[in-house]
Amino acid sequence: MSAQVPTIETGVIARIARFSPPRRYLPVIGTFALFIGMFGIGGIRYEGFADPQVFLTLLLDNAFLIVLAVGMTFVILTGGIDLSVGSNVALSTLIAARTLELGLPVVAVIVVVLLSGILLGTAMGLLIHYFDIQPFIATLAGMFLARGLCYLISVDSIPIKDETFSAIAFGSITLPGGYYLGWTAVFALVIVAVAAYVLASTRFGRTVYALGGSEPSALLMGLPVAATKVGVYAISGLCAALGGLLFALYTLSGYSLHAVGMELDAIAAVVIGGTLLTGGRGFVVGSLLGVLVLGTIQTFISFDGTLSSWWTRITIGVLVLVFVVAQRVLTRR
Amino acid sequence: MSQAETKPPRPVVEMLDVSITFGAVRALDGVSLRLLPGEVHALMGENGAGKSTLIKALTGVYTIDSGRVEIAGVETRFATPAAAQHAGISTVYQEVNLVPNLTVAENMLLGREPRRLNGIGAIDRRAMNRRAAASLQGLGIDIDPGSELGSHPIAVQQLVAIARAVDTDARVLILDEPTSSLDADEVARLFEVMRRLRDQGTAIVFVSHFLDQVFEISDRMTILRNGRVVGERRVAETTQLELVQLMIGRDLQVLERLDHAAHEASGEAVTEQRLPVLSAVGLGRKGSLEATDLTLFPGEVVGIAGLLGSGRTELARLLFGADAPDTGELTVRGSSRRRLRSPRHAIDRKLAFCSEDRKAEGVFEELSVADNMLLGLQASRGWLRPIPTATRSTLVKEFMTALDVRPADPSLPMRSLSGGNQQKVLLARWLITEPDVLLLDEPTRGIDIGAKTQIQQLVADLAEKGMSVVFISAELEEVLRLSHRLVVLKDRRKIAERPNRGVDVNDVLEIITGEPGGLAEKERADA
Repeated sequence: MSAQVPTIETGVIARIARFSPPRRYLPVIGTFALFIGMFGIGGIRYEGFADPQVFLTLLLDNAFLIVLAVGMTFVILTGGIDLSVGSNVALSTLIAARTLELGLPVVAVIVVVLLSGILLGTAMGLLIHYFDIQPFIATLAGMFLARGLCYLISVDSIPIKDETFSAIAFGSITLPGGYYLGWTAVFALVIVAVAAYVLASTRFGRTVYALGGSEPSALLMGLPVAATKVGVYAISGLCAALGGLLFALYTLSGYSLHAVGMELDAIAAVVIGGTLLTGGRGFVVGSLLGVLVLGTIQTFISFDGTLSSWWTRITIGVLVLVFVVAQRVLTRR
Repeated sequence: MSQAETKPPRPVVEMLDVSITFGAVRALDGVSLRLLPGEVHALMGENGAGKSTLIKALTGVYTIDSGRVEIAGVETRFATPAAAQHAGISTVYQEVNLVPNLTVAENMLLGREPRRLNGIGAIDRRAMNRRAAASLQGLGIDIDPGSELGSHPIAVQQLVAIARAVDTDARVLILDEPTSSLDADEVARLFEVMRRLRDQGTAIVFVSHFLDQVFEISDRMTILRNGRVVGERRVAETTQLELVQLMIGRDLQVLERLDHAAHEASGEAVTEQRLPVLSAVGLGRKGSLEATDLTLFPGEVVGIAGLLGSGRTELARLLFGADAPDTGELTVRGSSRRRLRSPRHAIDRKLAFCSEDRKAEGVFEELSVADNMLLGLQASRGWLRPIPTATRSTLVKEFMTALDVRPADPSLPMRSLSGGNQQKVLLARWLITEPDVLLLDEPTRGIDIGAKTQIQQLVADLAEKGMSVVFISAELEEVLRLSHRLVVLKDRRKIAERPNRGVDVNDVLEIITGEPGGLAEKERADA
């Protein structure tokens, strides 16, 4: 047992030089470095890439994915997975478009969409906990169910013409220097901040980590395992509904073929953000960075102009692989 | 040991006529238990006697079929462990039940974290670390509460688990085998804490296989056998012999006979003329074991002695090809090869290895006892040649009887067996493959005296029939009792090898510490 010897103050520089971040932050730092590196390379290669507005647009274009990744982080931290979020997004866009078409006030529309998302998430959580069904299977069922429900509402795309919606969609806040940041991006960042607080500083959040560490232990420690486990799927459902609203704002439409495969993007972002798929380790900020890395790859391709868009997928695949292997190496010591 | 002689205080916990049935197995049969405040109550019994089940019945992990539980005179039934904890019953289980990915302080206070703004705000990490540090200090544990739990050795994790239980102001503290991974110093420290808590009026339940420890710390004991209570005794009025007889219901002379047998055998003409069945020259692996020589003759038991972390398990894994060596040569039955490529290879050369980690590297909990037994043979035959049904049932029946596996139903899932019986099934798995060399890593850890004796007897018998055995155990007495030859490891290096003639525990400790016997304990602490 090593004693904690209080270090003698030897100047700030020496302390910075000696500073080594705790192991658990390494993956997030890695993702951050990757993001900065990619942006740096982009800035050197392409004119206008390093413009702050590119970064701000990145946030705006990926706001819905950021929110989805936040919900997914909760689930993956417990060692689970949620495959239903993509379909849940599509369902949310359709419910929003349809209820607006029927003339419901915007507030009511938002409430209905959020409730439906939470309902789907909670139902899957209950199945997973009380019937001991693999999260993969339960949420796969949820994925098909939600996608099927979309077609019940409408087979065709429904445009959103509501003025409040368009106002929010195109609204932005102006930052010093003439840059602007869309409301939806601001909203996504707020969600990230709230989630980070919940995970780090509430009993619920710490129980999420404990569940990922060892579920039997958490149970024997007397922690509220059932509530927490159902809770993370409810949160993921809520985030999917929020993501759906953001996506409806982004596309101004509701369509059953929206967000096909988006759950996989969310999972990829979470993994690239350094969260362990086995649970117990990871941060929401990492997932935010993961989404930004994915977004940067796309920005790269659109700036280059000569690259096929398939390179996005290939790069994501390689990155996920690299990160999973790196985590293995790190956790194995 | 006993305090006031006035009328006995009211029990904090009284369990009356409690029964639990799992499928066809009656795990508890009309068991009664009473716990008095300010007493350490030992729960004694062989593996499978029902100690763990009784504890889990009390703490709400299992629901009881009949009988009643009274807490401070009020009939109670806990639906969950959380409910029991809320009522002041804290448990530290045999396997550390904490989460390795959070910090020490978080593990101690999970679910009870101090929060800002009078308990409605964010978790106050600083207050949490402070409280954990104070609590750890009270137990004399010198670790940083902000460090990750998984970065500490198991023994420290165990102490943290106890610190967590103590911190809940428990009226009843249940310690299920808390000392099995602790060294002597740590046990002494734990006992100090237990005495302090007892004197404050906590009722403590103590489960341990170490009789000396039970007699040192307990005031009263309840003895279980086959799911029934066979006696409640005051420790001061009981002898170890009486206790053991109650626990196993038969006498202990087998052990004594074994003692003599091994020593006579080692006195016989040594096996020098015979060809070695296995010989390792300079076998080593970076970070796990320095280059080591080891020769094994037919019919010989070689005991590996050494402290925790001395390289005992690593040696066995190298011999079996479970880890690849960096250096050295391993010859099995004359056919020289630089190394065994894999356990599969080793099995083909008639080696067998029982890992120390029964749960992770031994049993398949969901498979039946019969399947678990036949797995080794099936593996060595290859998957394309199934074992005929008739052969299967004969083999299984034969080994169930030979090793006295209980309950004697080969169709039960492996997880329903107690640790000792699981170990017997694992031994059977390897014996069925008729190996020349049997590598046993801690075959008797965490199992009761009855099964222990049977396994030791078995090892002696096998050696007599010509099998070579490498016997690894943390219990020096056991190693000395069985081995013909003794290899001593220290700090991942072989430091001595000698015939087991007139060697006693103190001699071994002297070899390990390099100092006269008494100082041995001190050296242990740095493991």
